Amino acid sequence: MIRVEHIYKKFNTETVLNDVSVTFEEGKTNLIIGKSGSGKTVLIKSIIGLHPIDSGSIFYHDRDFVSMTIKQKQELRREMGKLFQGSALFDSLTVDDNVRFPLDMFSKMTTKEKSKRVNFCLDRVNLHNVKSLYPAELSGGMKKRVAIARAIVQNPKYLFCDEPNSGLDPKTAIVIDNLISDITHEFNITTIVNTHDMNSVMEIGEKIMFIHQGIKCWEGTKDDILTSNDKYLNDFVFASNLAKKIKETL
Amino acid sequence: MKILEQIGKYFILMNRVFSKPEKNKIYYRQVLKEIESLGINSIGIVIIISIFMGAVITLQTRYNLENPLIPLYLIGLTARDSMLLEFSSTIVGLILAGKVGSSIASEIGHMRITEQIDALEIMGVNSASFLILPKIIAAVLFNPILTLISMFVGVFGGWAAAVVTGALTSTDYIYGIQYWFIPFYITYSLVKTVVFAIIITSVPAFFGYYVKGGALEVGRSSTKGVVTSSVLILLFNVILTQLLLA
Ligand SMILES: Nc1ncnc2c1ncn2[C@@H]1O[C@H](COP(=O)(O)OP(=O)(O)OP(=O)(O)O)[C@@H](O)[C@H]1O
Ligand SMILES: [Mg+2]
Repeated sequence: MIRVEHIYKKFNTETVLNDVSVTFEEGKTNLIIGKSGSGKTVLIKSIIGLHPIDSGSIFYHDRDFVSMTIKQKQELRREMGKLFQGSALFDSLTVDDNVRFPLDMFSKMTTKEKSKRVNFCLDRVNLHNVKSLYPAELSGGMKKRVAIARAIVQNPKYLFCDEPNSGLDPKTAIVIDNLISDITHEFNITTIVNTHDMNSVMEIGEKIMFIHQGIKCWEGTKDDILTSNDKYLNDFVFASNLAKKIKETL
Repeated sequence: MKILEQIGKYFILMNRVFSKPEKNKIYYRQVLKEIESLGINSIGIVIIISIFMGAVITLQTRYNLENPLIPLYLIGLTARDSMLLEFSSTIVGLILAGKVGSSIASEIGHMRITEQIDALEIMGVNSASFLILPKIIAAVLFNPILTLISMFVGVFGGWAAAVVTGALTSTDYIYGIQYWFIPFYITYSLVKTVVFAIIITSVPAFFGYYVKGGALEVGRSSTKGVVTSSVLILLFNVILTQLLLA
C-alpha cells in the first residue's frame, strides 16, 4: 500500500501537482489516468523520489518516504520495480544481462540460482530465445516485456508502470496490460499504472484516479467511471465519437 | 555566478561518486571493462602521435641548429626532454580529453536522456558512483602506462627520423638521450598524468550526467566536456609545473 497526502510539485512557476492525495492498494492494479500533460509521469516520479516534491507526504506501508536519508531511500527502492515510458533498458547489455543486473547488484544468489530466476521471469513475460540479443535488436513490445521481467526479477512489493502500452498495437497492448495485472495478483504487489488509454482502463483498472491539470478530480472503479458526472472525466472518457455514441445508448 | 554554481554541482556529484560501492565485485568488473575501452583502445593513437611528434621535434631542432659549435647530441637530449616534460603527459592528455572525454560525455548523456540513469537509481543503485567511479579508476591506473609508452615511442620516433633523414647519426642521438638524464622528470610527468586522468574522466562525465533534453544536448554536453577538460588540463599543467619543478 502506498499513501500519498497533499503533495505539491512546481517546475519554476508552473504548478504540476496541486494538493494530490490518494491511496494505492496492495494486490491491485491502481491506475492513474488523464490527458497528455496532466501530470501523470510527474506524479509517479514524485512518488518514487525522482522528482523531489515541494510539500506533502508519501508513505510506503507507513514508512515515511520524504524524511528518509538517501541511503534509506536506496534500501527501499530495492523493493520497487519500475517500467519507464521508454523502457530504459541498458543498451550496452544483452536481454539476459539486463534482467540479471538487479540480482548481480543486490542478491546473494549463486550464478545458477540467478540464471534460474532470470529464465523464470523471461518465461513469465513469454519471451523465448532472445536472451543473447541487445535491446536495439528487439521490437517495441519485446522491449516492454524485457523491462517488465527486469522490474519483477527482485520480487518487488511495489511496481510502477509509466504508459506500459504506448506505441503498441491494440492486441499486444492488451497482452502487456493483462500481464501486469496477472503479476500484480499473483505476487500481491502494489501496482501503479499510468495510462491515457481507455482500453487499458476497462481491461485492468481496479482502482482508478483521474488527474486533470495536476488536480485529482475523481477516483473510483471502472464500473463507476462510465456513470460519473465529473465534467473533465467525461470529456476524457468519451473523447471519441464512438465512445459518445455508446454513452448515448447507456 | 553560473561558474561557481557549476563548480559546486561538480563537487556534490564527486561526493556521490566517491562513496562506498554497493558490490565490489561488480565495480571491479566495470573497472576492467573501462580499462579496455578507455585505456587499451587508446594505445594505438598514442603510439602514432608520439612517433610523429618525436620525429618532428628532432627534425625541427636539427634545422634550427645553425651554430656549428653546438654539439649535435643535444638534439637527442632536446627530443628526450620535450617528450618527458611536456609531450607525453600534456599533449597526450589533451588528445585523450578529445577521444575519451567525448565518448564518456555522450555515453553518460545518452543514458540520462533515455532514462537509464533513472532506472539505475530506482533499482537502488548509486548511479553516479556506478557509472563514473570505474572510469576514473581505470584512467588513473592506465593513463600512466600510456604516458610511459608515449615517452618510449616518442624518443624512438626521434631516433628513426634522425637515421632515416641523416639529420644526425644514431650514435649522436643515443648519446644525447642518455646525457644528463634527470629521473625526476618521469615522476613529474606521471604525477601530471594522474591529475589529468581525473580531469579527463570526471569533467565530461559531469556534463553528461546533468544533460537535459535530447540528442542535440548530448552532443553539446560532449563538446562542453572536451573544451572544459582541455582548458583545465592546461591550467593544471601550469599549477603543477610551478609546484613540482620551481
Ligand atoms: N522535468 C521537468 N521540468 C519542467 N517541467 C516539466 C518536467 N517534467 C514535466 N514537466 C511539465 O509537467 C507537466 C506534466 O507532465 P507529465 O510528463 O507528468 O505529463 P503526462 O501526464 O505524463 O503526459 P503524457 O501522457 O504525455 O506522458 C507538463 O506540463 C510538463 O511540461
Ligand atoms: Mg507521461
